[in-house]
Amino acid sequence: MEKLLEQFSLGLFVWQLILFIGLLLLLRKFAWKPILNAVEKREEGIKGALEAAEAAKKEMQNVTADSEKLLKEARAERDTLLKEAREIKEGIISEAKEQAQVEGDKMIKQAQATIEAEKKAAVADIKAQVANLSVEIAEKVIKEELSNKDKQLKLVDDMLGDIKLN
Amino acid sequence: MHQFLRTHSCSDMRYSFVSRNLVAVFIMITGFVSAQNHEGEEVESGAHDLKTEIKEYIDHHLLDSHDFTLFSYTTDEGEHKNIGFPLPVILWDNGLKVFSSAQLEHGEGVAEVDGNYYTLYHNKIYKTDAEGTINFGSHHDEEVHSEDAFGENLVVEDAHPSNEKPLDLSITKNVVFIALVGLLMFLMFRSVAANYKKSNMPKGFGRALEPLVIFVRDEIAIPNIGEHKYKKYMSYLLTVFFFVWIINLLGLTPLGVNVTNNIAVTFALALITYLITTFSGNKNYWKHIFWMPGVPVPMKIILAPIELLGTFIKPFSLMIRLYANITAGHVVLMSIIGLMFIFKNWIGSPLSFVLAFTLSLLELLVAALQAYIFTMLSALYFGMATEEDHH
Repeated sequence: MEKLLEQFSLGLFVWQLILFIGLLLLLRKFAWKPILNAVEKREEGIKGALEAAEAAKKEMQNVTADSEKLLKEARAERDTLLKEAREIKEGIISEAKEQAQVEGDKMIKQAQATIEAEKKAAVADIKAQVANLSVEIAEKVIKEELSNKDKQLKLVDDMLGDIKLN
Repeated sequence: MHQFLRTHSCSDMRYSFVSRNLVAVFIMITGFVSAQNHEGEEVESGAHDLKTEIKEYIDHHLLDSHDFTLFSYTTDEGEHKNIGFPLPVILWDNGLKVFSSAQLEHGEGVAEVDGNYYTLYHNKIYKTDAEGTINFGSHHDEEVHSEDAFGENLVVEDAHPSNEKPLDLSITKNVVFIALVGLLMFLMFRSVAANYKKSNMPKGFGRALEPLVIFVRDEIAIPNIGEHKYKKYMSYLLTVFFFVWIINLLGLTPLGVNVTNNIAVTFALALITYLITTFSGNKNYWKHIFWMPGVPVPMKIILAPIELLGTFIKPFSLMIRLYANITAGHVVLMSIIGLMFIFKNWIGSPLSFVLAFTLSLLELLVAALQAYIFTMLSALYFGMATEEDHH
């Protein structure tokens, strides 16, 4: 320590301080500021260029994604359209079937009703004809029976015999 | 090289703690080697002189000097020759005194300015009389010496010259080197900055420097200070990072002007870090120092002086770390180089060459590492000073 203090030269210290500070100020003005500014400017430029490239890449990706999305959408739309068409077709067919069924049923019912009515009419007709025939037959039989006096008296007796006087 | 080392025996340097230990290691190693040597005695005595020389040379290398000596040698007539150039000496001694360091003759002459006489002793300038007499510690009762400044065999322990020491603001070797590094950095980075005006991309040297600038910003400033506030401190962090790194690297060149091993230099740098930290400290920072939140009141009172001391210790550790790492590196490296001249045999010299080579590579790493650590910790302190309250 003593040696250090003894070695310490005030003159050298003063000169070092003056020269160093002078050098510092000169270099700051003429070297460090221009160098650092230039380096910074260049770095900014590189950074900007890189960012622009990155942005372009992203844009590109977006475009691709967009077109892909559009394609997907179109495909989905086509699918839904087809599905809808199929559904409509099926609906129409089933509706038609149903209608046909209903119509058929209705026609069958009408036919049955008609048949019934015809049948009733026929039966009535037959009944009337049978009655007429019966009356005619009865007329003819009675006419035959009543042509003879004996037979008439006998009939009256029979009928009188049937009637019981109470 | 032997003569080259010998020339510095004239300067009487004192042991540094590190080199003292190292010399002890030398003695052990050389003792071991010489034990195997038949001419052990001779080597031992020869090595002793060499050891002193090497130690002095290392000490000399580590110190600042008032002239710029590139190298020195001794002529056949035993005359010391220094190749280099003198630097201006600036003193404040009842008025500004400026003269050339050539007059001091590397501590062997007396400079005369306006009727005042100055001489160098232990690399410091003292005011003397016309003969250059250095008076030693009059307050030391046991050791009162009066020694000629040129005397070579001073045996004075812990003696401080009682001569008057004028305020020395000389342009020393280190000051010249700091200015040169500053100039180099200014030219280097200004050309890099100018290039950005023409194109957005770095060119030439800027391609090597720009990653380092970005490293300081992204690895040091932003993680420690934060995204929003780092810009204010970038100038200082960049300057200190490159300054310390470049000056450390140049200190490893054969020119060997070592600047960051001067405590004055590291003190100046640490002081700037301290001042920036202190002046950018926000309310939260000071609150954590003087009134630590979240602890009981007695603890708050105990913690306040500790925390306050901590604010001084942090930059102090910065100062010592840089100083000690660079000094230790240079002492060890030069000692290992010095070993080559002590061994002078087939085993030792290649060994010390390999060691010195490896260590030089390590020192290259240390040069960068210390710059990084100094910058990193400065950024950390700035970050602590500007941190927002999270509670």
